[in-house]
Amino acid sequence: MTGPGMSAGARGRSDVRDSLDHEVTADGRKIGGVLMDMRSITLRFGGVEAIKNISFDIREGEIRAIIGPNGAGKSSMLNVISGFYVPQEGEVWFRGSRRPPMKPYQVARQGIARTFQNIALFEGMSVLDNVMTGRLTQMKTGMAAQALWWGKAQREEVENRARVEQIIDFLEIQHIRKTPVGRLPYGLKKRVELARALAADPMLLLLDEPMAGMNVEEKEDMSRFILDVNDEFGTTIALIEHDMGVVMDLSDRVVVMDYGRKIGDGTPAEVRSNQDVIDAYLGVSHD
Amino acid sequence: MPDQLLFAIEVTLNGLMAGVLYALVALGFVLIFKASGIFNYAQGVMALFAALTLVGIMEGQVPFEHLINVTFGTEIHGFGWEVPALLAILLTMVVMVLFAWAVNWIVLRHLVNQEPIILFMATIGLAYFLEGLGDMMWGSDIKTLDVGLPQGINTWIDETTFNAFGYGFFIDNLDLVATLIAILLVAALVAFSQYTKQGRALRAVADDHQAALSVGISLNFIWVLTWSIAGFVALVAGIMWGAKSGVQFSLSLIALKALPVLMLGGFTSIPGAIVGGLIIGVGEKLFEFLIGPLVGGATENWFAYVLALIFLVFRPQGLFGEKIIERV
Repeated sequence: MTGPGMSAGARGRSDVRDSLDHEVTADGRKIGGVLMDMRSITLRFGGVEAIKNISFDIREGEIRAIIGPNGAGKSSMLNVISGFYVPQEGEVWFRGSRRPPMKPYQVARQGIARTFQNIALFEGMSVLDNVMTGRLTQMKTGMAAQALWWGKAQREEVENRARVEQIIDFLEIQHIRKTPVGRLPYGLKKRVELARALAADPMLLLLDEPMAGMNVEEKEDMSRFILDVNDEFGTTIALIEHDMGVVMDLSDRVVVMDYGRKIGDGTPAEVRSNQDVIDAYLGVSHD
Repeated sequence: MPDQLLFAIEVTLNGLMAGVLYALVALGFVLIFKASGIFNYAQGVMALFAALTLVGIMEGQVPFEHLINVTFGTEIHGFGWEVPALLAILLTMVVMVLFAWAVNWIVLRHLVNQEPIILFMATIGLAYFLEGLGDMMWGSDIKTLDVGLPQGINTWIDETTFNAFGYGFFIDNLDLVATLIAILLVAALVAFSQYTKQGRALRAVADDHQAALSVGISLNFIWVLTWSIAGFVALVAGIMWGAKSGVQFSLSLIALKALPVLMLGGFTSIPGAIVGGLIIGVGEKLFEFLIGPLVGGATENWFAYVLALIFLVFRPQGLFGEKIIERV
């Protein structure tokens, strides 16, 4: 995509890079400037406020978690970032420039990939084809060119295929490459969905409850993959989880939501000692 | 070989050819239904409209000629030129793409996430609108369509079979060409959907809308694309039917024959549309030949529907349709 929004974004990126100094984490990863900035977001469904005036940012290279009890508005927040919901109030800033209201596919083309809580894969297609759809944003050859200039289209297909195979290897799903996704068990489907999102080489990867419904072993595998993705590709990751234990081990910074409000924001250690957070998780009465 | 058997073989072959045309219309339905879940009642009228437009362009008719003459008191009768068939087909295709685009931007865009029945009603409206538009643009008289396809008995088959069996098969050249074109068309569609990125996007949208959005596919683009392809299939079907029996408004009724074809083959399967079309084509011709004389003939009018009814009872998803699994 080459719209005016894109070029503005590209300019914004260099501004950000110039103005911010990098931080280095204990394990040697580089955390850069602000990639995504949510400013005073309010989202309503009819009379219900799912998100109440929340601000937080996501920095380049970090793993950012959004946690909270059921119904806290976590998924709504992820849907705002990925363009599936448009907030009534507030601003979304991406790569240093304000993002106008966008359709989800436009957001995807800007370099934000996501997975879904309830898994949204193309059930009838093979694992390989599913992951290849993740490359669609990277394939530039137009339809006429595909029909008339077969060689170029084919070369592009081969290049993208190579990248996809790399990701398939990385996530250890080679053995099911040709299997229709509909036949896979739940845990593997989750991994295929991660592969598809990764195939877009996203600047920001959104994971909606990547470990929901998994057993302990599967959770450990998924945690390892998330860390590896962040480490090897340097991908910025924002994830939702309601399992506190997992999140605290994985993430650099945590936003805590409860009843649509932000009740905590900081490093896992800070959040863990926050009294509001403890109350929310222990179920202290809200009235 | 006994005469009766030779007759039956000839009838079967002719049934296959007729089935190809049914399959072509059914294919248009399947394409749109798969991608957007819309049962496009207007598919048959699209074939008619495409054929009318093709004839109109070839003969150099001025669109809305009658309307213009009545309104402004002018005496326009055509541009006075003739357009070669191939160019006219290309121009008609442009018209069908514009039509696909208009349908999406004027009608379907506003009906996203509506119940299937509402979308279905919208396409019924579309069918009547398009029929009226075709009438107004190009006039309602029966037209002959001649794009230069060979027609008449295939003498080679006639002679060969006569020499072999002592009985010459009557196979129409046009039917042979139609079969060949249908095979090419299906091969092209399969290649498109399997090996191009738009084809992959199309399959993705057919599978899951949300997931498709999340990988950056514009649903609107895909829907315009699908309706354009359906328009192209309609054009091919329109040319075949038009060349066979003239371009007339009863052409839109062939859409009804596609319904039993779809019930047989399944609404979501391209191979199903083809096999279903062939079964109906052969079935109704053979039934007429074998059983027809016993019940006073004219079985071709109802055979397909009865067959579809039987299928609905025993295999509601059709031969190739997705299995219906209900979670309790």
